[in-house]
Amino acid sequence: MRGFLLNRLSQSLILLLIVSVIGFLVLNLLPGGPLAQFGLDPGMTQDDLERLKEQLGLNRPLLIQYLDWAWRLLQGDWGHSFRDGAPVLAVIGRHVLATLLLMGTSTAIAIAIGTWIGIRGATHRYSLFDHVATVGAMVALSIPTFWFGLVGIYIFSLQLGWLPAGNMYTIGDGSVLNYLHHLILPSIVLSLVHVAIWSRYMRTAMLDAISQDFVNTARAKGLSERRVIMKHVVGNALLPMITLAGVQLPSILTGALVTETVFTWPGMGRLFLDSLGYSDYPVVMGLLMFSAILVILGNLIADIAVAIVDPRIRLG
Amino acid sequence: MIASIQAVAPHDVALSIRDLTVNLPDGMERTHAVENISFDLKRGQILCIIGESGSGKSVTANAIMGLLPKVIRVSSGAIQLDGMNIIGLSPDKLRSLRGRVVSMIFQDPLSALNPLMTVGAQIDEVIAAHGVGTPKSRRGRAVELLTEVGLPDPEIMYHQYPFRLSGGQRQRVMIAMALALEPTILIADEPTTALDVTTQAQILELIRDIQRRKGMSVMFITHDFGVVAEIADSVVVMEKGHIVEQGSAQQVLNSPGHPYTRRLIAAVPRLTGEDRVPLETANKAPILKVEGLVKTYRSGSSLFGSQRVVPAVNEVSFDLAPGRTLGVVGESGSGKSSLGRLLIKLLDSDGGGILFEGRDIAKLSEAEFRPLRPRVQMIFQDPFASLNPRSTIGHILTVGPVAHGTPYAQARDEAKALLAHVGLDAGAFGRFPHEFSGGQRQRIGIARALMFKPKLLIADEAVSALDVSIQAQILQLLDQIQRETGVSMIFITHDLRVASQICDEIAVMQKGRIVERGPPSQIFLDPQSAYTRELVAAIPGEQPGSTRPVAANG
Repeated sequence: MRGFLLNRLSQSLILLLIVSVIGFLVLNLLPGGPLAQFGLDPGMTQDDLERLKEQLGLNRPLLIQYLDWAWRLLQGDWGHSFRDGAPVLAVIGRHVLATLLLMGTSTAIAIAIGTWIGIRGATHRYSLFDHVATVGAMVALSIPTFWFGLVGIYIFSLQLGWLPAGNMYTIGDGSVLNYLHHLILPSIVLSLVHVAIWSRYMRTAMLDAISQDFVNTARAKGLSERRVIMKHVVGNALLPMITLAGVQLPSILTGALVTETVFTWPGMGRLFLDSLGYSDYPVVMGLLMFSAILVILGNLIADIAVAIVDPRIRLG
Repeated sequence: MIASIQAVAPHDVALSIRDLTVNLPDGMERTHAVENISFDLKRGQILCIIGESGSGKSVTANAIMGLLPKVIRVSSGAIQLDGMNIIGLSPDKLRSLRGRVVSMIFQDPLSALNPLMTVGAQIDEVIAAHGVGTPKSRRGRAVELLTEVGLPDPEIMYHQYPFRLSGGQRQRVMIAMALALEPTILIADEPTTALDVTTQAQILELIRDIQRRKGMSVMFITHDFGVVAEIADSVVVMEKGHIVEQGSAQQVLNSPGHPYTRRLIAAVPRLTGEDRVPLETANKAPILKVEGLVKTYRSGSSLFGSQRVVPAVNEVSFDLAPGRTLGVVGESGSGKSSLGRLLIKLLDSDGGGILFEGRDIAKLSEAEFRPLRPRVQMIFQDPFASLNPRSTIGHILTVGPVAHGTPYAQARDEAKALLAHVGLDAGAFGRFPHEFSGGQRQRIGIARALMFKPKLLIADEAVSALDVSIQAQILQLLDQIQRETGVSMIFITHDLRVASQICDEIAVMQKGRIVERGPPSQIFLDPQSAYTRELVAAIPGEQPGSTRPVAANG
């Protein structure tokens, strides 16, 4: 287990290094370079730009710039936003909680409902429920999220007036209820597609597990059908799902680009879009590294979780 | 014979089946899984139900357990369990009988235990499911059971996960689980088919021993008359859902009445102890000479210590003359399959030489070996998994030769001729693998290998997945092909009886080494090594030196 962890950790570091090099190169090689945004300002002269370059250290060779940036990154200095001069980590910190609230809620909904649909679909295979769930998942997967968002806003905000059309809270009202009220629509819209994905995977994993010989053994032992399913089948079906959860984990913190935009939710997804629009390279680069670290962490956590659950990996 | 059975079950009968008919769903090849079958399992006896795949023996077992899939229904008849008819009982009543009054053990111990639960928890569960005992008493009982089935260190075993146990040990755990509540009836569905011959002998002995000690009634399902001779008190022979013959073991084995029974008994591969008449070949130089071949498996990471080294093939040497067959026999883990894969270069060796027609192929790169590939071909074990389900038979047969430069038209004609040769009609060319039975698929596998006109055929457990009667046909086909084409063969098997049928010479492998090599007469009648003697003694239903297919064993 220790060897396994060390192994994965060293792989992760190499992966991070590669991601940072590629990200850094791509951003610097884009037409206009990091200062493109300033170049659009008619008040800026060529001299001003040169001075800015000098100030920001952008006239140095790329390799030196990269090493400098990477060294500061390791020390916790992720650079400053071009937009308002705030430290990148502080900018991320401002948005990450909003995203966590939205994505955490919708992921929890998605896993709970998706797992239930998956289990029921597999134990009642080809039943009416199973067919409806299958068709429903196809519909949810084939229609883009923003469409559900817009339809939701039209019906529940504009026509019925039950739910707010956007934002995380009403300015001046910071109560928990107000937050929850704003959370309902975007989290449900966002969980639609995740329920669809999760339930399909869960159903397949259940069907795989249910046809295993040990399920016959469990029935032959005289266990109740409920225990056979919940203990023997679901237990084994959840193994592949842990890996899937690991892949989904990063998105809880990196946010949803489209949904956050539709609902003007002040999360990481919108921060990324806005920063791209402003060519706020330090923030974009910071977000890139942030999600790379999360992806790697998510997979690592999933691997460890599988090892904890599955004795064959833990002890084998 | 069936008519002689009494309609009313006397009290010395533990299980009585009367006129049982089980329907299959529409669109299957027959309408009934079993039809009008009747038999009795007497208290304290072992009843063997024997038949080939599709005979309905497993359906019968599942009907008794109340575990038939929903689409398969009992349409008429009665199953009297301890005098109570269980047909039509509520699912909950049936559930309370399972594990308590009637228990079952299954064929494949490797997959029959939940990989995520400890052995102890799985035994505990069956006792708890029937509301018996306290957690403490259940734990004590589980350890007691583990001791009873002869597992070492039962206290430690209680906390082990199944993957740490060998196949034989897992089957013992299954038996412990089945015995937990001292059921009246134990149903064993081919419990030794997936095991090595020596492990099989141990498990059979354990079942026999426990049955005697507890006076339990055992219904033992098998396809192997050798096993029947070993443990049965009485026998039911099933064919395609019907009982064709039943009676005492002695009676059925010694004077089988029905032609199907006679055919099954005749098909049991027997230790001939007679050597094959070797094929006359002009060229006596060995086609294959293996010298000091070594293959070592390494697992785990060498970087962080924790590496495990397993010598799979250890200094193996032998040679093979043209037109002869060498049998490689051993238990699982003996390295026989690794050896086969090394010879065809599906695995790279770690040392030693493989001289094929005088040229060392062990050191050739993949590209250098490719022109030689057509001359060394393999027949695989599982006829269901080794043919691509999305390819037609024609494509499966021709794709190899075409890749090696044969014009398609010529390959097609050869393929059609070969299909006829291996006993299939030429119409098979355009059909898909799923349209064929196991035996037919293995014929296709053989035809595929022959398409290359190989000099050497390596058959890895080529008949192990087949019913005995089909086994006999495939062995005959291989023999015929060898006599026609003069191809040399390496026949890898765990079944000594099969090896004795087709091999000129047999090499017995244990832990990566060849411990004994010689003609069948030596291996079976005068084995030199202790391990070979052990293997021969473990063959069910055989006494070394006997020439009868099945030794009477009242």
